[in-house]
Amino acid sequence: MTKTVERPPALRVRPVKAASPAGDRRRRRLTDHLRAYGFLLGGLICFALFSWYPAVRAVVIAFQKYTPGSDPEWVGTANFTRVWQDPEFAAAWRNTLTFTLLALLIGFAIPFVLALVLNELRHAKAFFRVVVYLPVMIPPVVSALLWKWFYDPGAGLANEALRLLHLPTSNWSNGADTALVSLVIVATWATMGGTVLIYLAALQSIPGELYEAAELDGANLLQRVRHVTVPQTRFVILMLMLLQIIATMQVFTEPFVITGGGPENATVTVLYLIYKYAFLYNDFGGACALSVMLLALLGAFSAVYLRLTRSGEEAA
Amino acid sequence: MSGSVRTLVSPAVLARPRGRAAYWTVFTGVVGLFTLAFLFPVYWMVTGAVKSPDEVARTPPTLVPESWSTAGYADAWELMQLPTHLWNTVVQAAGAWIFQLVFCTAAAYALSRLRPAFGALILGGILATLMVPAQALVVPKYLTVADLGLLNDPLAIWLPAVANAFNLYLLKRFFDQLPRDVLEAAEIDGAGRLRTLWSIVLPMSRPVLGVVSIFALVAVWQDFLWPLMVFSDTDKQPISVALVQLSQNIQLTVLIAAMVIASVPMVALFLVFQRHIVAGISAGSTKG
Repeated sequence: MTKTVERPPALRVRPVKAASPAGDRRRRRLTDHLRAYGFLLGGLICFALFSWYPAVRAVVIAFQKYTPGSDPEWVGTANFTRVWQDPEFAAAWRNTLTFTLLALLIGFAIPFVLALVLNELRHAKAFFRVVVYLPVMIPPVVSALLWKWFYDPGAGLANEALRLLHLPTSNWSNGADTALVSLVIVATWATMGGTVLIYLAALQSIPGELYEAAELDGANLLQRVRHVTVPQTRFVILMLMLLQIIATMQVFTEPFVITGGGPENATVTVLYLIYKYAFLYNDFGGACALSVMLLALLGAFSAVYLRLTRSGEEAA
Repeated sequence: MSGSVRTLVSPAVLARPRGRAAYWTVFTGVVGLFTLAFLFPVYWMVTGAVKSPDEVARTPPTLVPESWSTAGYADAWELMQLPTHLWNTVVQAAGAWIFQLVFCTAAAYALSRLRPAFGALILGGILATLMVPAQALVVPKYLTVADLGLLNDPLAIWLPAVANAFNLYLLKRFFDQLPRDVLEAAEIDGAGRLRTLWSIVLPMSRPVLGVVSIFALVAVWQDFLWPLMVFSDTDKQPISVALVQLSQNIQLTVLIAAMVIASVPMVALFLVFQRHIVAGISAGSTKG
């Protein structure tokens, strides 16, 4: 690829042998970059259009009156104040935070205990792993519809089970004070499998000598859990907790399918409210104002998560 | 019984008669619990669809269906236009999978091996999107898709699927760890970049490509909010959206049958690849 022929006349006085490789290398480097960008292009365009631009746009539209098809108008913080004054706003945040908290309590303790017990069992290991993960593979819409049927006040299985145990029946997802818990049960049932499998993997990485040593020191079963298992899996526990917070703060499918946000706004979540603003009220400014608020909160959680995983990787 | 791995309970305790009795009690309890909590709901769904409309509404319910009728399944297939919606879902999922494999792989390869100008900046920009939870951006993303005229078009699923920082990073990290000398040998042999990617890098990357493929397919099949937003046209909707839209005014047995049919492909995929999926989840967690 010697292109000395094309070299401009002024350069001809320079010693050819010294100049050519340097110019060549520079040109090679440029074509290298261009080729690399050829590989990158498709991905870059998609990230720009569907990740980077929407993030910027959310912030911009949050300060605009935006109706598709007509020119946006700057309205200052009007969207934020309007959304703030909506009685559903407080309900949505309260529900979302309660949901997240309940999901942590239920969806966190149960999988850990289950994983702890499963790790002790020496038979039918594959059976347990497949069965616990089965609900995760059922489409979320199907599990939501399935549980809506279970919660049915007429022929629902949930009340049938209570009657079988001679317990008072419940309104489940149809009662204002039980609806949120009912949805948390659905979400936990549907996603628990992944958590259990991750805990199991973490438990299996605990060196057996630690348990032996603890036992020699006279630690009983619960003490061994407290002083060996929990400290050894602390990092994974923290990780999953944060991931779960981020995931449950974005809950949408269960309230949308099972309760429609009701009864009496008891299950309206922030994401549901965003959806309503955009597609029911046609108020994209308000929807984006809400999105920005959710984004700020979740972004903070995600930043903590990423910081922790990064430091965890370096430690490992 | 492997017996080599020491866990919470010592093997010596388990070997004693009382320990063994306790073990089998717990074992039976867990089998019972798992069957009740995870298998029974699925059993209830599959059998609910074969019951007659009267039987399914009866209290107390029948544990084993009295009548085994496939009418529910047949009606679901026809009335709810399941072939159309299943086909839509397959097209959307397969397209998203192919787009991700092509563009994410190419981009990850470039970022990992070709050291483009501003590569670090681009990677940073991509990783930063991991901090932005996808669902919080659905409204501006929807407006962008609408501006591009992609509503009711499978491209509205395919193109945003490429902007998947998690899968791209997974691929990039795998490419980073490939042995340098093999790739350099290919270069010395005169293989171009595309050639190296196609015949050296990709064949060595089968495990990570498998994981990314499963993630990509499952994500599209399970998604609800995004397709709900972008497919207002009933004939274009995937099965998840169609199920919810049609659930209001359809007979319960028919709806349940449709739910079973919607679950079959993913459950089948899981049962076929369960070893890989379970191993992938377990490995992914400890390695970050």
